[in-house]
Amino acid sequence: MIYWAYPVYGIGSIRFFPDWFYSALRLDQRLAAGMALHFFVMWFFVLNGIAYVAYTIFSGEWRFLVPRSPAAFRDAWQVLLHDLHIKKDLPPQEKYNAAQQVAYSAIILMGIGSVVTGFAIYKPAQLAWLTALCGGYSMARLLHFVLTAGYVIFFGIHLLQVVLAGWNNFRSMVMGYEVVNQRD
Amino acid sequence: MTDGEIEHDLRRKTRRSFLVGGAGALAGFAGYKWITSAASDNALPWPQRRMLDFNGKLAHDYLSGSHLMPTYPSNRVGYLKPNGNIGLDTSEDWTLRLEPGDGVSGIDLALADIQALPRVEMITRFCCIEGWSVIAHWAGARFSDFTRRYLPYVSRIPPYVYLATSGEDYYVGLDRKSALHPQTLLAYEQNGKPLTTEHGAPLRLVIPVKYGIKSIKKIGLIRYTAKRPGDYWAEEGYDWFAGL
Repeated sequence: MIYWAYPVYGIGSIRFFPDWFYSALRLDQRLAAGMALHFFVMWFFVLNGIAYVAYTIFSGEWRFLVPRSPAAFRDAWQVLLHDLHIKKDLPPQEKYNAAQQVAYSAIILMGIGSVVTGFAIYKPAQLAWLTALCGGYSMARLLHFVLTAGYVIFFGIHLLQVVLAGWNNFRSMVMGYEVVNQRD
Repeated sequence: MTDGEIEHDLRRKTRRSFLVGGAGALAGFAGYKWITSAASDNALPWPQRRMLDFNGKLAHDYLSGSHLMPTYPSNRVGYLKPNGNIGLDTSEDWTLRLEPGDGVSGIDLALADIQALPRVEMITRFCCIEGWSVIAHWAGARFSDFTRRYLPYVSRIPPYVYLATSGEDYYVGLDRKSALHPQTLLAYEQNGKPLTTEHGAPLRLVIPVKYGIKSIKKIGLIRYTAKRPGDYWAEEGYDWFAGL
């Protein structure tokens, strides 16, 4: 709704987003509505982020979510190769595998990045120092856009992974327990 | 536990957590429905309007005359698209009507009156609410100097300013702090030349601490008011404050 008014970004002649995208989702001619919604839910984005990070810290869950050694990044690469069916075996893991740890930590940094670049383009007069820190008004806006595209990609892959992982995993996501069959 | 008991416990836990999760999802959806379909206030559902006003108030309280938009060298000046043309008639006879409010009678001013005030040149970024921005070069008088010169009771400047084209086809409302910001100009020149018709000749507002919708062209009326004045785009669903 916001980008409809001035579609600035593209790669070569491919434009974000084509006209059919706006009309199919009925996003055209609705800049005011888009901005109002954006400046409403932004507070919930921030509150939700703070609540989530606070929970993981106080519950100790952060230990499972943050890569704690350089080896985690190597393992994450192995997981990626495995998921792409290039490699057969997986590195050992705890609650979350190394690729998940990298992804779930990156998304927090991206969230912080969105808030920072968001404020930089929201108040470039009052927070001129922040806008300068983000490389100026145009750069901050580009970063804000790229980060949002990043969420869409993250969301898409995450959803696909959940489907591939199957019912037992999905149940564990909702319930908080995983069911493991034990043979004695 | 026997297999049967485990199976039973598992079913119970699964059912309960899916119910809680489902209720959470439903509550989220209901909340979204509410903020997008509540009764309308100036073309926006009122919860969103309230939030815009809340955000605006927060930003207004924080804003000070020392929060400046960055300025640039003249080689960074770009092409400014003349976006709006509402109320830009081509009539030659132009005067600026000033209504100081508070029962004080209004006066008519000529361009020479504005040009008699200290001349300020400024190269700042002009940010359109559509998303584009461009660096522009202006010259004119500070709105604060204008206010000091023409308001007989400077110690009690009303909290709002209303500016409109002669026929009030286009009009904007400003809070006092933004109007008196040192970068708010009554501009009569762009790129060293008198304003062109499409950029609001002979006199327009340039207010870099707001989106371009507030930089009204061809000002015919300036009125200081005690109550928050109307605003053309705010009535179409945009933020009244529209500050940067």
